[in-house]
Amino acid sequence: MAKIRRIVLDVLKPHQPNVVDFATSLAELADRCHVKIIVTEVDKKTENIILELTGDDVLFQMINEEIKKMGASVHSIDEVEVEGRATDEG
Amino acid sequence: MINMNNSDIGSQLRQAHGITRRYLVTNGFDGALTMLGLMVGFETAGQGVDLAVAINACLGAAVALLASGLSSAYLSEAAERQKELHDLEAALLRDLTDSHQGRASRAIPILVALVNGLSPFCISLIIMTPLWLADRGLINLPVSPFLAGMAIALGLIFLLGIFLGRISKTFWLWMGLRTLIIGLVTVAVIVVSQGVV
Repeated sequence: MAKIRRIVLDVLKPHQPNVVDFATSLAELADRCHVKIIVTEVDKKTENIILELTGDDVLFQMINEEIKKMGASVHSIDEVEVEGRATDEG
Repeated sequence: MINMNNSDIGSQLRQAHGITRRYLVTNGFDGALTMLGLMVGFETAGQGVDLAVAINACLGAAVALLASGLSSAYLSEAAERQKELHDLEAALLRDLTDSHQGRASRAIPILVALVNGLSPFCISLIIMTPLWLADRGLINLPVSPFLAGMAIALGLIFLLGIFLGRISKTFWLWMGLRTLIIGLVTVAVIVVSQGVV
């Protein structure tokens, strides 16, 4: 089964939770999941972030659910890197 | 590992800590002064006040404070939280019902209402303790149970002042004395007004 190694999302989130807590919550969803957030725009009640998740198997559905629980929403999937299953030889 | 994660509903509730503390003191003070007023009224009315009547009157006031505290805080806090949530939903262009923010906006008014209602109720019950004990014949007080109730009420008012002093990080004794003076002035005003009437 193909696994997502890296995905870049454009996310609109409220100020709370802040980016540190937001990133920590997402990083805790999977082992060795690297989360990088860049804040691109700050509004009165919201902020736009570029969320980059890297790992052995980034579970997009689970990530999306957690993002929704924290009151944020995914605007677009900007980049994705997927690796297919290795085929058995011989 | 120290968990500093502030994104779950528990942390949203912890953020309401300041509000609940404010309600605890505000309505606790209300309850203590109301009971103090009743005790002063019963004490200055002379020997004719039956303890059972006084207990019923105090209990009625305590339940009214409980109902008032629960309903007023819940209604006002729920309205404020709903407005905040709707504003946030408008900014995010999405429904937040199932988010941590949505759950917190429903849970916080209940928490605040419980604190706002139970603080004057519990304080009232504590102040009424000498009346109950005397009525059941469980204790022989050297003073009238109303005077004992007044002393407990003033003691609790002093403690609320100390609590405020600790919150504001000012000298606790000064804050305690300030609230105690408010209690004593209340007693004086009631006594004087009864003399006038």
